[in-house]
Amino acid sequence: MSLDLSSDTSARPTTRYGSNSGQPLTRRDGILKVTGQATYAADNHPAQLAYAVMVGATIARGRVTAMDVEAASRHPGIIEVFTPDNAPAFAHDPDEKMPPFGFRLELLQNHSVRYAGQPIALVVAETLEAATEGAHLLQPVYETDEARTGLENGVQFDPQAVGVGGPPSTSHGNLDTAFAASETIVEAEYSTPAQYHNAMEPHAVVAEWNGNHLTLDMPNQALAMSCASYARYFDIPVENVVIRSPFLGGGFGSKAILNGPQILAIAAARKLKRPVKLALTRAQMYGPVGHRGQTWQTLRMGLSADGRLKAIHHRSISATSSFDDFLEPAANASLPLYAADALLAEHKGLRLDIGTPGPMRAPGEASGSAALEVAIDEAAEACGLDPLEFRLLNYAESEPGSGRPFSSKALRECYERGAEVFGWQQRLRAPRTMRDDNGLLVGWGMGTAVFPCPMFPAQARTTVRADGSVLVETGGVDMGQGAWTALAQIAAEALGLEAHEIEFRSGVSTLPDAGVAGGSGHTASAGLALSNSGLDALAKLAEIATNDPDSPLFGAGNIGVLPRGGRLVRRDDESRGERFADILTRAKQSEVIGEAKSMREPGNAEKFAMYSHGAVFAEVKVDPDLGQIRTTRMVGAFAAGRVINPRLVRSQYYGGMIWGTSFALHEAALIDHRTGRVMNADLAEYHVPVNADVPSLEAILVAEDDPYVNAIGVKGVGEIGITGTVGAIANAVWHATGRRVRNFPIHIEDILGL
Amino acid sequence: MAIQGFILPDIPSIAVQISTSLFLNGVRMSLSISLTINGDARTIVLEDPRVTLLDLLRERLQLTGTKKGCDRGQCGACTVLVDGRRINSCLTLAMTVDGAHVTTIEGLATGDELHPVQAAFLECDGLQCGYCTPGQIMSAVGLIAEGQAVGDPERVRELMSGNICRCGAYKGITEAVLAAMEKDATILKERDAA
Ligand code: FES
Ligand code: FES
Repeated sequence: MSLDLSSDTSARPTTRYGSNSGQPLTRRDGILKVTGQATYAADNHPAQLAYAVMVGATIARGRVTAMDVEAASRHPGIIEVFTPDNAPAFAHDPDEKMPPFGFRLELLQNHSVRYAGQPIALVVAETLEAATEGAHLLQPVYETDEARTGLENGVQFDPQAVGVGGPPSTSHGNLDTAFAASETIVEAEYSTPAQYHNAMEPHAVVAEWNGNHLTLDMPNQALAMSCASYARYFDIPVENVVIRSPFLGGGFGSKAILNGPQILAIAAARKLKRPVKLALTRAQMYGPVGHRGQTWQTLRMGLSADGRLKAIHHRSISATSSFDDFLEPAANASLPLYAADALLAEHKGLRLDIGTPGPMRAPGEASGSAALEVAIDEAAEACGLDPLEFRLLNYAESEPGSGRPFSSKALRECYERGAEVFGWQQRLRAPRTMRDDNGLLVGWGMGTAVFPCPMFPAQARTTVRADGSVLVETGGVDMGQGAWTALAQIAAEALGLEAHEIEFRSGVSTLPDAGVAGGSGHTASAGLALSNSGLDALAKLAEIATNDPDSPLFGAGNIGVLPRGGRLVRRDDESRGERFADILTRAKQSEVIGEAKSMREPGNAEKFAMYSHGAVFAEVKVDPDLGQIRTTRMVGAFAAGRVINPRLVRSQYYGGMIWGTSFALHEAALIDHRTGRVMNADLAEYHVPVNADVPSLEAILVAEDDPYVNAIGVKGVGEIGITGTVGAIANAVWHATGRRVRNFPIHIEDILGL
Repeated sequence: MAIQGFILPDIPSIAVQISTSLFLNGVRMSLSISLTINGDARTIVLEDPRVTLLDLLRERLQLTGTKKGCDRGQCGACTVLVDGRRINSCLTLAMTVDGAHVTTIEGLATGDELHPVQAAFLECDGLQCGYCTPGQIMSAVGLIAEGQAVGDPERVRELMSGNICRCGAYKGITEAVLAAMEKDATILKERDAA
């Protein structure tokens, strides 16, 4: 056998023959999406469908003492009203966490209310209109306790873990000594608000039972894991659960973890013996489906006389719910980026009467980077250095703390190219010194972007058939990042084919587990599995051919063979070879099946620190009289390993930078502390950027060849764009106005009265 | 302290009155409307006056290309053309469009040939998850038909700002709208010349 299936990159075709990898193909699913034919969960209508509407609590703490179930039930078309008094039973206690990522959920297990928006009833009817009406008619009555929704009345605690099982505190070096040896100390406090994912597609499910078989149409970022969890809630074998999730209308982390409303709808379908559809309203997405928790951060930095960082102390108080833990690991954003003799990143938790937060696009990295990059700007200013110069001076050549080399780190090139395209050289250092022709204050700021490169266990299958056709399969997740396209490109590359020459199946849990679409690790994880499964299928073909005296490849086992446009050819003489189809036909085999898992080579994982990097430059203009802030220009340069599809990768960076803009200037959930409710739980008052908010964006792709991160050289691009951007914009606002705003988002009132 | 839960003002009680009147004397009454949807004339019996045009399209006619992002007129995902004008179908009661011509995303392409705006969205990658895309495209088609903002990116961005894209595909969207406008202008010019 000649094809090496280990992660040794030398076995891979280095010329990327016959592959579309690296090419800006348009989206494979694009035509479906622009013609309205792409089916999202709520687009499904099985026969006999009933409609469910969730009722959410309108208080943040207390209990429901009454609901007018009778009035609701009387309404024409109502089929059933579920409340704690007739709640469905579950095989798993919703107050117990379900490993690995399951949160405590509200499944009508009692009458208590622990946050506003918590499900307290589910109304099922023949039509959506009737169910909506029934839900209104319930008119819950409450016994209300004081809502604890602020830093003042929340309960602080020392967490066991932050993020997904991470240590609450990390350090290296001796902080006291490093601060003692510092010439200058810069310290400031920052805060970041609660933010809600607000994927355009509300969480929806169409649940259909057939005996104890369950089929779910739902947007889902973690198919296999979710199947296992549903199986436990409903006490059925995991293989009885099928989740179909061909397209997600955005996820951003909110569709990876089970939530109460969807489980209730599934339970209703079982009880009623009818398919049930539930789609949350926009307002209902501000409670039971996670959010980015609030943080209050402090950054203290010690600096030498020549502007070198000696010590970084990053602390975060991260909000979570009263009953479960997900803490923004914000302080950890300081770990991988700047070289300092000593560092301490530590977290405290704060219990509030809110829905449990969860991972939201760049969890921890986004909030932490927002504070860190502003603090770095303040430190540069304190040292009288240009912010870029300061960052280069404190460039980490190896991973701070561990000293491990980076598997690749083209951050210097990102700084250089970004600065050049942006025109950073023309920046005047002092704030409030630049104006445009209309008299608006102009500010230029920058930030460094960084994001880790996790990989998740993933599996894939490649079938080469005797007619020469090829099928590749993995249960991948396309939530807009372009999995249908990029994964097909990777699969095709391994097989030496063009992407359109393979049939690619994805988006259903019955396919091999493609792992979680999160952590910016999906393309690398599922992609590597696909690539490996292709190589496995080719190895099987090679095995047949090289042992077949009738094949032109006979005896080529030691020399090796390569895939070329549907043929296997000798490595030493590409003119000698034969078609996949011929190999199989002569061997009288209908197909060969390659199967593989993806795994990072453990040695590399140990030896190297692995991150994507970038540099973001932003221009803002501020009206000196009105205080209105506009981001007028952004340039981001990013290095994230090999780029499979530049068109889609750019879109990911643009999206990330727009999220960064949103973080810096727009989005925040505002809580009425008297009621504990989010006051702006809709898309009119919870501001996200619209088209006019992002007039000019540029993303530069900096090449990086990383043989260690994984065999396909792919890092991740989904989340990094937010990091760096928030700080760049905040720093630009300071540069424009001379006003340092440390509470996000930055609003007009923060800079009025300049 | 026991307090009454908050309820949304007005909307339910009005709806209740209408719906009970529909069942006056135990007789179920229904309304019939006639519509032309994507060129097809249809008569639709509405058993419930509360149905919005969006829910009529999605839940009763299985035209699910039009999306619901907010149901409150705040996101633009449900944009369709009614008699050539861009509207939010979530804010439009189906009853009120009796006699109208409705165009949805499903009605744009001619067979396998994409509408120029659809083709431009694909080419400029004016989409990611695709959920806001039908609404964006319908807004763009309306905008171009109105002859507004030709060749002016700033105006395009402003006039497309009623359509939220949480994925942040705005750069591609603007490019796509401008490209389609240009194409449209060329076609018109050619037509005029001929
Ligand atoms: S669904 Fe109609 S505007 Fe949002
Ligand atoms: S493409 Fe996802 S919301 Fe616009």
